[in-house]
Amino acid sequence: MLQLLWLIPALPFFSYAILAIFGKRISRNGVAALGVGSVGTSAILTILLGISFLTSPPANYAFSQTLWKWMDVAGFSPGITFYLDSLSLVFIFVITFVGFLIHLYSSEFMQGDEGYSRFFAYMNLFVGSMLTLVLADNLLLLYLGWEGVGLCSYLLIGFWYQEPENGYAARKAFIVTRVGDAAFAVGLFLLFQNLGTLDIQNMLQRADAQWIAGSTLPVAAALLLLGGAVGKSAQLPLQTWLPDAMAGPTPVSALIHAATMVTAGVYLIARTYVIFQLAPVAMLVVAIIGAATLLLAGFSAITQVDIKRVLAYSTISQIGYMMLALGVGAWAAGIFHFMIHAFFKALLFLGAGVVIITHHHEHNMFKMGGLRKQLPVTFWTFLIASGALAAIPIVTAGFYSKDAIIWYAWSAEGGSTLLWVAALVGAFLTAIYTFRMVFITFFGEEKMPKNGTVGFRLKLPLVVLAVLSVIGGFINLPHTFGKFTPLFNFLEHTLPAIKVVHESLSLEFWFELISAVTALLGLYLAYYFFFKRTQFAERFNNTAVGAAIHRFWFTGWGFDWIYDRLLVFPFVWLARINRRDFIDLFYDGVAWTTQLLHKGVGLTQTGRIRWYAMGIALGAVISIALGVFL
Amino acid sequence: MIHISMETGLILAGILFSLGLLGVLVRRNVIFVLMSIEIMLNAAGLAFVVAGARWGQADGQVMFIFILTMAAAEVSVGLALILQIYHHFKTLDSDAASKMKG
Repeated sequence: MLQLLWLIPALPFFSYAILAIFGKRISRNGVAALGVGSVGTSAILTILLGISFLTSPPANYAFSQTLWKWMDVAGFSPGITFYLDSLSLVFIFVITFVGFLIHLYSSEFMQGDEGYSRFFAYMNLFVGSMLTLVLADNLLLLYLGWEGVGLCSYLLIGFWYQEPENGYAARKAFIVTRVGDAAFAVGLFLLFQNLGTLDIQNMLQRADAQWIAGSTLPVAAALLLLGGAVGKSAQLPLQTWLPDAMAGPTPVSALIHAATMVTAGVYLIARTYVIFQLAPVAMLVVAIIGAATLLLAGFSAITQVDIKRVLAYSTISQIGYMMLALGVGAWAAGIFHFMIHAFFKALLFLGAGVVIITHHHEHNMFKMGGLRKQLPVTFWTFLIASGALAAIPIVTAGFYSKDAIIWYAWSAEGGSTLLWVAALVGAFLTAIYTFRMVFITFFGEEKMPKNGTVGFRLKLPLVVLAVLSVIGGFINLPHTFGKFTPLFNFLEHTLPAIKVVHESLSLEFWFELISAVTALLGLYLAYYFFFKRTQFAERFNNTAVGAAIHRFWFTGWGFDWIYDRLLVFPFVWLARINRRDFIDLFYDGVAWTTQLLHKGVGLTQTGRIRWYAMGIALGAVISIALGVFL
Repeated sequence: MIHISMETGLILAGILFSLGLLGVLVRRNVIFVLMSIEIMLNAAGLAFVVAGARWGQADGQVMFIFILTMAAAEVSVGLALILQIYHHFKTLDSDAASKMKG
């Protein structure tokens, strides 16, 4: 059964190839069947594979399959090899399963679009690349998948390329992540230079054996890898591309910019955890970046008007939680939150997508209102997902995954009170902005009529994801709820166990109570300020200070402003003054001289025979004279 | 038999050649140009004959016969071209045919 592993990424690639070449000639139903079917088959295979992996685990809880040798240059011979262990199994399950639901949703969502086959071709290419990324056995193959998903992200953000802003957003996403990718590439060179291999398992063993913890090399390598992760996962300071990436179609935001691609950075850090363990400084940096990002993005999310931008900032914030978990050494907790986040965030985006297409592609929440009655299924599923995002206690999956992180932010090896406070404030903000969105969009008076119907293929993914957003958390309960932690146990075959410094059930209980109360308090404040007494928020925004703060948060803490001033404007200025490219002057000079000579010689070609005869005669006289007199 | 020195013969050939060259350069009528070329050819032939006479060898006269043959062929081709030029431009001015166009 495990031998079928190669089929999981191969199927989406195959479907991509067919759609890219023959897409125009296949009917819409054919395109949907191929695009959705290929990912669906991958999802079924993944589940079967997962069952066989769990029931009869391979040796060392890892299975690797070499398809062929990629290249062999001077002792460097990466293979096209897939490596399945508990970490990559969790990732491929989320990618194929959530990916399949989003593909199914897209087949109705994109129904009227003329680029139907192009859309599914890109989506399949994305799923294939993402699976390559997480299944890669060496860092070079991982990098191939990494760039592949970046390309698909670019193509899909700019999917409606007739609008110049979409093209701008796509380029911004590509260029900003490129900064991180460059750091990642340098990190790969450094690792290969010093460890002589890019094969992940060998590399980690050699790093463990050769490097001294805390010395320069592991710190440099870890920080460079972190650079790549920060770019891809939209963390501080490269987070600015994600809110703009919402220009793409909503299923794209759900799949790429919420559930899968943006968590590639989390995967990379978890995959190369040995290097990070050898570099405590880098671990601390990861935790601080995570904590700072989750706070920053949380504040920004409170002020957004566009429903998709709220979700974008909330994604940045939730990935900040995952980074925080990895940074304090709670590896499994980060992956747990990744999985639950994929469920509820994909659901939130898909719900927002339904709202958007049934209201003439309106993104402004303040123009909607009262959608509760118009879209009952969407409302209930959206509410469940919001509950999970805000970590409403006991009943939602988000509570179990996020509270694990908040608890470990204090109690784990790398944890501290400051990180715990940041995580707690983040949870409070999360509850506020989430329910602000719910109250503004779904409650209150109806401002817009519903337009169009919501079909089966839109509803089914919502319902399935809503179920997962509730029961997903039960696969790993906190210690206070009994020792039922199958996911952590499973992940600890690959990742190191979480070292808890302050082991105490009663303490853990009190911490959980605090975060549960925080979430409920946030929910109540959102209800009070954005539903019951909306005039307070308005009055605050009308004061000078309030307006300034609002504008500051609304623009994402002015990062775009700073980057424009620091990087974009000087570059544009240089380009402008150098419009006549001074390096070209030399080549222009060469061309000019040649042209001049050409004109001079051209003058002698008059077409008059007598001139030619004269030339011949003069030439003869001169040559004879030279011959005679010299 | 009057003895003519080689120098005299060569000077005559030189004068004839120069006259021919001058004709080629200054005449615009193509027929005159052709005739001037004939004069130059004959000047060259004369130089061969004079040289052959000087060393008492027949090679000079053999060369002259070659030149005559070649001149005949050249004139036939040249006249055909002149006819074409006249048809085309309705003039015999060689400067009129200075454009590389159909």
